[in-house]
Amino acid sequence: MKKFDKERVLLAVAGPVIALVAAILLTSVVLIASGKSPIEPYTLMLEQASYSDVQVLIINQASMYYLAALAVAVGFRMNLFNIGVDGQYRLAAMMTAVVGAHLALPSFLQIPTLLLVGMLTGALWAGVAGLLKVTRGVSEVVATIMLNAIATSLIGYLTLKDVWGVQVGNNMTTGTMKESGWVSGIDLGSDVGQIYGLVFLAVAMGVVYWIVLNRTRFGFDLRATGESESAAAASGVDAKKMVLTAMLISGAVAGLSGLPLLLGDAHTYSLSFPTGLGFTGITIALLGRNNPVGIAFAALLIAFLDKASPALDYATPVAYEKEIATIMQGLIVFAVVISYEAVRQWGLRRQQKQVGAELAAAAAQNNVQKKEVAA
Amino acid sequence: MSTATIAKPQAEQPGKGSRRVSLPVLLLIIAGVLVLTSVVRLVTGAHGITSTGQMSTALRLAVPIGLAGLGGLWAERSGVVNIGLEGMMILGTWFGAWAGYQWGPWVGVVFGIIGGALGAVLHAIATVTFNVNHIVSGVAINILALGTTRYLSKFTFENVPQGSSKQSPPIDSLGTFDIPGLSGWLDTLNTKHWFLVSDIAGLLGGLITNLSPLTVVAIALVPLSWWVLWRTAFGLRLRSCGENPVAAESLGVNVYKYKYIAVIISGGFAGLGGAFLSIVASNVYLDGQTAGRGYIGLAAMIFGNWMPGGLALGAGLFGYTDSLNLRGGTTNVHALILLLAILLVFGAAYLVWRKKLVPAVITAVVSAGMFAWYLGTHEVPKQVVTATPYIVTLLVLSLSAQHLRMPKADGQPYRKGQGK
Repeated sequence: MKKFDKERVLLAVAGPVIALVAAILLTSVVLIASGKSPIEPYTLMLEQASYSDVQVLIINQASMYYLAALAVAVGFRMNLFNIGVDGQYRLAAMMTAVVGAHLALPSFLQIPTLLLVGMLTGALWAGVAGLLKVTRGVSEVVATIMLNAIATSLIGYLTLKDVWGVQVGNNMTTGTMKESGWVSGIDLGSDVGQIYGLVFLAVAMGVVYWIVLNRTRFGFDLRATGESESAAAASGVDAKKMVLTAMLISGAVAGLSGLPLLLGDAHTYSLSFPTGLGFTGITIALLGRNNPVGIAFAALLIAFLDKASPALDYATPVAYEKEIATIMQGLIVFAVVISYEAVRQWGLRRQQKQVGAELAAAAAQNNVQKKEVAA
Repeated sequence: MSTATIAKPQAEQPGKGSRRVSLPVLLLIIAGVLVLTSVVRLVTGAHGITSTGQMSTALRLAVPIGLAGLGGLWAERSGVVNIGLEGMMILGTWFGAWAGYQWGPWVGVVFGIIGGALGAVLHAIATVTFNVNHIVSGVAINILALGTTRYLSKFTFENVPQGSSKQSPPIDSLGTFDIPGLSGWLDTLNTKHWFLVSDIAGLLGGLITNLSPLTVVAIALVPLSWWVLWRTAFGLRLRSCGENPVAAESLGVNVYKYKYIAVIISGGFAGLGGAFLSIVASNVYLDGQTAGRGYIGLAAMIFGNWMPGGLALGAGLFGYTDSLNLRGGTTNVHALILLLAILLVFGAAYLVWRKKLVPAVITAVVSAGMFAWYLGTHEVPKQVVTATPYIVTLLVLSLSAQHLRMPKADGQPYRKGQGK
């Protein structure tokens, strides 16, 4: 019965494509308005992407974005808005770095332990918001925003010199991690760089995400609760427990998202550790429509914008502002959500029309039959 | 039929009365907290916690939060969640500074409002016309506002003297004023450190010392918002869109129009809050100046149960905890730990009275921990001070969230004719 509907595929692809085209057009308008060439920045950025060292940077960055976006997407599937991914991954990365600096196990134990520490820390921090939501009814949006700010202070305190901090020059770090906890990557030569080993973890998490959500009872309950809490409750799902579980899982995945960089390259948590991953994760989860493959493409796209745009500042003969990439990100989100909504409405109308046509045809046939009987 | 419908609200009345805090009870609670604070101040010797300077700083920090909260109030009363307040504030800081350094501070204020409203138009188009998820649209506005202002700074502030890509040239001040006589008198009363009298003098003195005209405008906007929203036909229609848009539509209200107006006003308030930051609170635009105040404003509004008065109280509380950051925070927050511990003792006693034993024990244990922390240390780490406003927000929300009621159709999608 399940026949291949060409128009449905078209509908699924139309959203992102329309969004991208709209975002590029709008960005060009901004460029023209500021008296710059509306095309050259794109060619400059594409040229950047053809260098293999930039490609490695993009893949590494995308792996972190991918994990952060998965964390956001788990919440989204359940109608939960985990804005706290940002605080969760920073706190988790810091705790992992501290444990990694003080614990010395053989590699095959050390690395799983570190991953576990990251996941538990992230889950703990997200769990606070989950617990407040189910027991006290505090909106998870506000709670996670507050927890982000509190995480910043907490990290500031824990990296003080008389707590766990180690000063290196002007930078506060948590001390270098023991080498057994380093995850070696694929070395592509000194001038190209190294692909983080944990890129594969990101891919594996994508597969796990898909299996858990689409092929297990738990995933079904989770999606059902997201679609309609009352309907799920009627079929025996404990909504409160689901909220807490989803929050914990989201936090655990968020806790992993800083680790590719930490275990693969930085080996210490310092003031220069990247921030804002969680917010980019929201963009990416939206762009990828909570679909593991879609998120992968979205993560690569945003990582490309990130890593190819700094070159704009040094372009000759005309330099461009690299902030144009941030504007483009914001525009992409807008274009994406609006075009998805528009395409959805269009799809609904098309479906209504189809059903209407079928019903009309059936009714017409009935009438004909009746007439024949009457005749 | 008719008897049943009349009897129902009467039956509900007593239950409603006991749940809601009446004005005398509220005043009693405020007075109680004031007395306690005074006691704590005398015990700890941390006179800073109610000094005129502290209160004056608190007010200056509360104004942008309150304005953001008012913005949130207008939007959410019409049924649109506005988490893009942060981005609209950022636009307000930039536009306010950009116009302010060229054409004077008052023009800056106007441009700040316009900047915030521009962001709001975008939010309204996305959420009202296209029915996009309100939070998603808000997050997008926050990203976009950040990128746009940074981009624009490179074209404008970077090329003028005293400006850079992260900072605008200085803006002329709007000036400040005191109430002659009274301000000085309250200040001397405050420095005497008398029980209760000095605290009240500090509180009142802070409200009338070093006032910016924009602060007065901002404070006046709180009752004005209440009056417009709750005492005019326009306000009634606007709120009906947030409670039940289908019913409003059936009475001939153009729901789209009211939502647009509400969201744009909301952005104007947030923009004004931003302009206050760049023109009054400091005298330049700085990259990252808002530092999450839009979000805190939203939390203040939720804390205030979607009402202007409660919102102002919330903003005052956050402004106060924020001001500890700037003035002797480490010792003052240390003193406040004692205050919190005492308050928790009262909370535990209340819970015992209500026969809720398990929460009472937990509260008592937390209180004991606070006492131990207070006695074991002389001041708190600086990081605790920075986190204080956020921890207070979480604490207050976790205590009050269940008594709050948001507009019924807040954040819900609405299509014209959906009720047919």
